[in-house]
Amino acid sequence: MDLHAVIESLPRYGEPLLVTIGVTVASAALALVLAFALGLMTGSRHLAVRTPARVFVEFFRGTSVVVQLFWFAFAMPVVLGIQFDYLIVAGVIALGLNYGAYSSEVVRGAIAAVPQGQLEASTALNLTPFQRMRLVVLPQAWPEMIPSLCAFAIMLLKASALVSVIGILDITWLAGLIGKQPGQDRLLHYGVVLVIYFVLAWLIWTGMRALERRAKRGLGVDAKPVKGRLDPAVAAGGVG
Amino acid sequence: MDKSFGALKVLDELSFRVDPGERVTLIGPSGSGKTTILRLLMTLEKVTPKADPERDGGVVWVEGQPYSHMEKRGRLVPANERWLRRRRSSVGMVFQQFNLFPNMRVLRNVTEAQVHVAGRSKEEAEAKARDLLELVGLSDKTDAYPSHLSGGQQQRVAIARALAMDPDILLLDEVTSALDPELVADVLAVLRDIADTTSITMLCVTHEMGFARDVSDRVMMFDSGRIVEQGPPEAMFSEPQEARTQDFLRAVLAE
Ligand SMILES: Nc1ncnc2c1ncn2[C@@H]1O[C@H](COP(=O)(O)OP(=O)(O)OP(=O)(O)O)[C@@H](O)[C@H]1O
Ligand SMILES: [Mg+2]
Repeated sequence: MDLHAVIESLPRYGEPLLVTIGVTVASAALALVLAFALGLMTGSRHLAVRTPARVFVEFFRGTSVVVQLFWFAFAMPVVLGIQFDYLIVAGVIALGLNYGAYSSEVVRGAIAAVPQGQLEASTALNLTPFQRMRLVVLPQAWPEMIPSLCAFAIMLLKASALVSVIGILDITWLAGLIGKQPGQDRLLHYGVVLVIYFVLAWLIWTGMRALERRAKRGLGVDAKPVKGRLDPAVAAGGVG
Repeated sequence: MDKSFGALKVLDELSFRVDPGERVTLIGPSGSGKTTILRLLMTLEKVTPKADPERDGGVVWVEGQPYSHMEKRGRLVPANERWLRRRRSSVGMVFQQFNLFPNMRVLRNVTEAQVHVAGRSKEEAEAKARDLLELVGLSDKTDAYPSHLSGGQQQRVAIARALAMDPDILLLDEVTSALDPELVADVLAVLRDIADTTSITMLCVTHEMGFARDVSDRVMMFDSGRIVEQGPPEAMFSEPQEARTQDFLRAVLAE
């Protein structure tokens, strides 16, 4: 029976699942840091700060992720002599840089959307440009960024399957491998993978919702808990 | 000083002085440049530079020291951010749209700059903030977010926030214009109180002529970036000399 074979082979998903989650979380962390750095830089008044960041963003947005993965995994060791001990690091860097470049636009946009009057009020109180950003602008821009960053995080989760092109075994590749074996149904295995992605995406989404609610509360906007939804603390804990 | 936005000349060879402690009201039709003057004084705009500011003017002076400019090798050059930061600590501003920080509760709105700019301790800043919030009649709202306050309450917090930095000069740009009529009186009462009990120099743009009459030492009528006429409020309101002032006052009082 096909289903039985699928259930028997479920334990084999353990390690590739960790790879999928690990690649997603690590590259999301890298992407987030980069998004803020690049978002602040591309929104800068100074051309010398803005230009290099803009070039970086457009380069990573304008070239294919798959090529970037190949480049970090195989070309860079040859061209620059930089070799990663684990290929997975190359995968994390390529995805992190790519999604960092994309989400920097979210950060820049949210910062630009903070009303001019807020900047003027902080200038009138003689805050430094750095204090204006840290105390006034970013706390207001942050809640606005969360939904779009969440969308990018889910896209990143799905894109993590691309690491298979540089030979890293994640759940998508594994499903293909097992599915080809005798007595296994490939479609059922892809069904398993679909469910796993869906659950992971749902966890990300729930965690982000909780974050957003908390952030909005910090602006004095009432965010009532929606009935039947997971307790925010639990959901946030679930995604880390 | 001159001020142009692109080809539009908003302030044209404008020159005036204000004495310490003086209360000046700026009136004039929409677009006459009143807001621009206050924004220049708050360093939110820069004066349009002239070749030789020493001779041609175009410099704001505060307490005998250049304010919009700084001295560099014996010449006056447009001020850099560091100079502005040093100088504008004596000036505070209250905006038409309040511009409270929505991410901070009322108390923190009033303490934040005290701590981060004036270098006061948290306790000292909070004590001062509570005193000022009592002055503006909002002792019971210290823990509220601005979004939970009425416009009038928000504007009174904004006044407290500006006063917390101990400005010598307070700029008020139509601070009651965005308010529902029934909320205007509370804000004006606070400002009258401040005018009565402090010696802060006040430059005030307003359409509240009763308030202007009671509080100000001098009223200046602007049109097209120039002073049309100025004088003590009694004289300005009862027997304005210029036709444009007469027309303007008639229009405002008819509202
Ligand atoms: N940032 C800007 N860019 C271009 N033009 C501007 C800018 N700020 C003001 N102006 C123009 O400068 C002129 C004076 O504006 P200002 O806001 O100082 O007038 P005001 O006297 O305060 O008018 P109101 O009573 O409507 O507030 C107006 O014609 C306005 O359109
Ligand atoms: Mg104005």
